Amino acid sequence: MWDYSDKVKEHFFSPHNAGAMDDANAVGDVGSINCGDALRLMLKVDPDTETIQDARFQTFGCGSAIASSSALTEIIKGMSLDDALKVSNQDIADYLDGLPPEKMHCSVMGREALQAAIANYRGEEWKDDHEEGALICKCFAIDAVLIEDTVRANSLSTVEDVIHYTKAGGGCSSCHEGIEEILTKVLAERGETFSPHTVELKEEDKPSKLTNLQRIKRIETILEGIRPQLQRDHGDIELVDVDGKTIYVNMIGACSGCQMEAMTLQGIQQKMMEDLGEFVKIVPSRAGSLSRAASHP
Amino acid sequence: MDGIYLDNNATTRVDDAVVAAMLPFFTEQFGNPSSMHSFGNKVGLAIKKARLQVQDLLGAEHDSEIIFTSCGTESDSTAILSAIRANPDRKEIITTSIEHPAVLALCAHLEKEGFKVHTLKVDERGRLDLDVYGKLLSNRVAVVSVMWANNETGTLFPVEEMARMAHAAGVLFHTDAVQAVGKVPIDMKHSAIDMLSLSGHKLHAPKGIGVLYLKRGVRFRPLLRGGHQERGRRAGTENAASIVALGMACEQAQAAMHYENTEVKRLRDKLEAGILAKVPRAFPTGDVTNRLPNTSNIAFEFIEGEAILLLLNKFGIAASSGSACTSGSLEPSHVMRAMGIPYTAAHGTTRFSLSRYTTEAEIDRVIQIIPEIIAQLRKLSPYWGETGPVTEADKAFAPVYA
Repeated sequence: MWDYSDKVKEHFFSPHNAGAMDDANAVGDVGSINCGDALRLMLKVDPDTETIQDARFQTFGCGSAIASSSALTEIIKGMSLDDALKVSNQDIADYLDGLPPEKMHCSVMGREALQAAIANYRGEEWKDDHEEGALICKCFAIDAVLIEDTVRANSLSTVEDVIHYTKAGGGCSSCHEGIEEILTKVLAERGETFSPHTVELKEEDKPSKLTNLQRIKRIETILEGIRPQLQRDHGDIELVDVDGKTIYVNMIGACSGCQMEAMTLQGIQQKMMEDLGEFVKIVPSRAGSLSRAASHP
Repeated sequence: MDGIYLDNNATTRVDDAVVAAMLPFFTEQFGNPSSMHSFGNKVGLAIKKARLQVQDLLGAEHDSEIIFTSCGTESDSTAILSAIRANPDRKEIITTSIEHPAVLALCAHLEKEGFKVHTLKVDERGRLDLDVYGKLLSNRVAVVSVMWANNETGTLFPVEEMARMAHAAGVLFHTDAVQAVGKVPIDMKHSAIDMLSLSGHKLHAPKGIGVLYLKRGVRFRPLLRGGHQERGRRAGTENAASIVALGMACEQAQAAMHYENTEVKRLRDKLEAGILAKVPRAFPTGDVTNRLPNTSNIAFEFIEGEAILLLLNKFGIAASSGSACTSGSLEPSHVMRAMGIPYTAAHGTTRFSLSRYTTEAEIDRVIQIIPEIIAQLRKLSPYWGETGPVTEADKAFAPVYA
């Protein structure tokens, strides 16, 4: 049994604004074929003020789909169309005191119905902007399509990459097999083979395209960008040396010896790698003790 | 707990006598059956008795053909993996599209490892085409795995005939009989079936105990190694209390076999007829003339199954559904899809599975409540008008699908 909030149950057992509306002047019909949920949202919009005077729904769907539809109609009644367009699926989920991760798509369906209905009122054609796949990461409700698209767009090749870019797999880690399967598939498309072990080797093999001077300048520019944040916390960072993949830095002021130092360095390292497009290690020059903590995970 | 439990294909209540039989094995009879001392010896004897009780229900020729496992899924995995390991030169498997995930997911995994899996299709009533099956049998096939009865519809497969066909082609045959054992008579000593899986909790024994029946002489490779238990075919200290319980449950199932096929069947038929008489646009799925006596699976068109279950639950009635949302997988039942049930009906399929504890009063109550629930949900459905489906429902409501 799903762990539904009392609010979800309330809106399922006694839905608000259910049933057809004969004098609707805005209608949105949307659905999710995977789940077999479908929703018709009907609005009565005042043409002079463009406010939603009344909203009703009909839903073919599960408990949370019906509850999400009911919540949506309650949220948008009295809103202007422009304000209504700002309602997010998270707003719907929050109104219901949350939805199980597997059911978040029900709130997405509500938001889409709203967009479709408003497009219908304005004589526009509504197009669905996302495709929904099988749920992979249950901790953060990330589906296969999102992971696949992200892997493809950013040429990711490791589970760690996927965690950094999408959060998928960053929780309980049970879905790592599923993420590896997606990586295997997408890597095969670009003629590569997924291997869980060769990450660092592959990165080391790749020669840097920048000259040493260009590279050091680039590193300094990246540090410049980070500096204001550190200074806000009364700290600072300076570049000491660059030796191949290892970048030695000095943590200054409040940053020095800060309990969060390792985490700060890891964040800087991550940013550095993304900007340089290569694997690097950030090491505080004065101490060896933290270099381990800041090395690549 | 009060309530009307019609979800016995999911799991069953452990019989009071079965609980009583197993309890001493947690306390005074806690010994390890492998030990030399008398603490262990008595447990060993109790397991021996339980093995005979299971043997009796299955009609097996030898008690050594019974291997205790932890569940039906383990039995399925053991059987299929054993067959392919024992026949390393055979790289094909035959199964059906409506197997339990215990078999289907394993086969899908083996496919990734290079095996060729032939998945037999079913028709709109969930029946197989044995001509197609016969043509797939060859010396390249390591094992055929076909369920005896489908868990969602109760439809029975002709496993005996299929096992004979497999034997004629020199191919091993395994059946997942988790839903069938205790509900249909089984006589393994006169059967061509090589391996059979059963699960305790489907027949009023506890969860966490299963059996793999392995016909004497069938080549076998264990899944778990590391002990002499079950004659080295399933290492690991025996789950003594549950084995004793399963033995007792098998004895009871044998005694109740006639009741299951007469009285339980009568109640099932009454329930189905009662619902269909009162609810328009509803139909039973599967092969209704050839199914388990306790199962009725009804598709209620234009509404969604999870919503039905939530409302039933409010009235204390437990059933299950083939809808996507109840599984957590976001996919509607693969069984309903395999039978080509349209999704407006597949998502509304509801399974009622009875047991020998189901009463006439409970059935009457369900017949009375179901029509109200269905009507209530159809009022919310965009496919449903005042009194019936909107004209040309597919066209009147054609949402943009994500």
